[in-house]
Amino acid sequence: MKSQTNTELIVIGGSAGSLQVIIEMIKNLDHAIPVPIVLVIHRKAQSGDILRTLLQQFTKIPVIEVEDKTAVEDNTIYIVPADYHLLFENTQWMSLDSSEKMNYSRPSIDVTFKSAAEIYGQNVIGVLLSGANADGVEGLSYIKRNNGQVWIQDPETAEVEFMPKHAIEAIEYDLIITPAGLADYINQL
Amino acid sequence: MLEPSIIKDEEIEYLIRDVYERYGYDFSGYSRASFKRRVNRICLLDRFTSFAELRYTVMNDAEYLKRFVEEVTVNVTEMFRDPSFFKTLRDHILPQLGTYPLIRVWIAGCSTGEEAYSIAILLKEAGLYSKSLIYGTDLNPAVLETARAGIFPLQQMKLYSENYMLSGGLKDFSDYYTANYDSVRFDKSLQEKLILSTHNLVSDSSFNSFQLIVCRNVLIYFDRELQERVFRLFDDSLENLGFLALGAKETLRFSAIDKNYHQVEDQKIWKKIDHH
Repeated sequence: MKSQTNTELIVIGGSAGSLQVIIEMIKNLDHAIPVPIVLVIHRKAQSGDILRTLLQQFTKIPVIEVEDKTAVEDNTIYIVPADYHLLFENTQWMSLDSSEKMNYSRPSIDVTFKSAAEIYGQNVIGVLLSGANADGVEGLSYIKRNNGQVWIQDPETAEVEFMPKHAIEAIEYDLIITPAGLADYINQL
Repeated sequence: MLEPSIIKDEEIEYLIRDVYERYGYDFSGYSRASFKRRVNRICLLDRFTSFAELRYTVMNDAEYLKRFVEEVTVNVTEMFRDPSFFKTLRDHILPQLGTYPLIRVWIAGCSTGEEAYSIAILLKEAGLYSKSLIYGTDLNPAVLETARAGIFPLQQMKLYSENYMLSGGLKDFSDYYTANYDSVRFDKSLQEKLILSTHNLVSDSSFNSFQLIVCRNVLIYFDRELQERVFRLFDDSLENLGFLALGAKETLRFSAIDKNYHQVEDQKIWKKIDHH
């Protein structure tokens, strides 16, 4: 799907059942991608950086767990750390926030989607994957309102369909993706 | 539900300037993304539908200003948050502090006091409590009142107890508090060595010297320039061979004072080693 705009950022949100989709995507991404990808994945507060180590095994693209005031670089995959929300200060810097949970979640997908929508406007793609939580749907609506693109995992392919199904019903989306197809769409940007 | 987007970027700047000029609270070095969320959250909580309404109330109601300061800053904290950090304090840092005749600890930005109580428990269990003083400071008087009361929600105790055990705690965590209907009161002895006071990291200066300064998940809300000023304040307030502890995602790496500090293991703890 070619767009009229220049994508500067992809933010992917997922909860239960999203990890397999992310691994499949990472395995099939080109060796260099022209944008940063930020992953907001629900998990336990004490998760350490196991997820980063796991994902790095499948790609040569650097996988980084975000720390306070991390620069946004192309061809990099960023993971929002457990127990923090991620916000964009501008298109150069990300910051962390350990304020109240949102939708029982920290990190919250909504919080990062909304921040990305405000900073990147039409140049962001928000992708919502499998999950059992309502988190992410309201954030996608901000991305849409700011003319960004909304991609949602086909609920038929989701291990837990609640999150994508709810999003499809609520949001005017641009694309329905499958676990096998996600990397292709990103590679074509 | 997400906070609304009522306040525009330039309005945030007006508000920061007004609050500083009227009350002296300086938020100009706060990271804007988080600060803006907090201000919009206040609009949601207190039903302001426009910037003008919020500004009018903040500027004309000194009582409301207290609430503004309380809500615009993040007061989310827990006991023994990041248990591995507390385990390192317990196993590696406190034994080194044990050699001092008097141990002074500063918890900067202590909010409602959960970390201060956690450290009081660690010092007790290390047998160092009787010769320790814990200073807990925050810019916000209201949260210090909560800290002073030592009463916390009962529903949090399951998490705190788990954290405590993961931090190497060997006792029954419930030994430290008395449960009531839906809250618990921590043992009065945990307050004996606790000195709570307002202190604004942005504008106040060094007030004592310490062997351990703990400031976790406070600096993430500051921009780099303000962080650097606060690091200098900590450096001025820390004795040689003392320790500075930061939050799990914060670092001393970008600071000019970094050259005089050694990081302890893989934790966010740095030991001061003056080279002159």
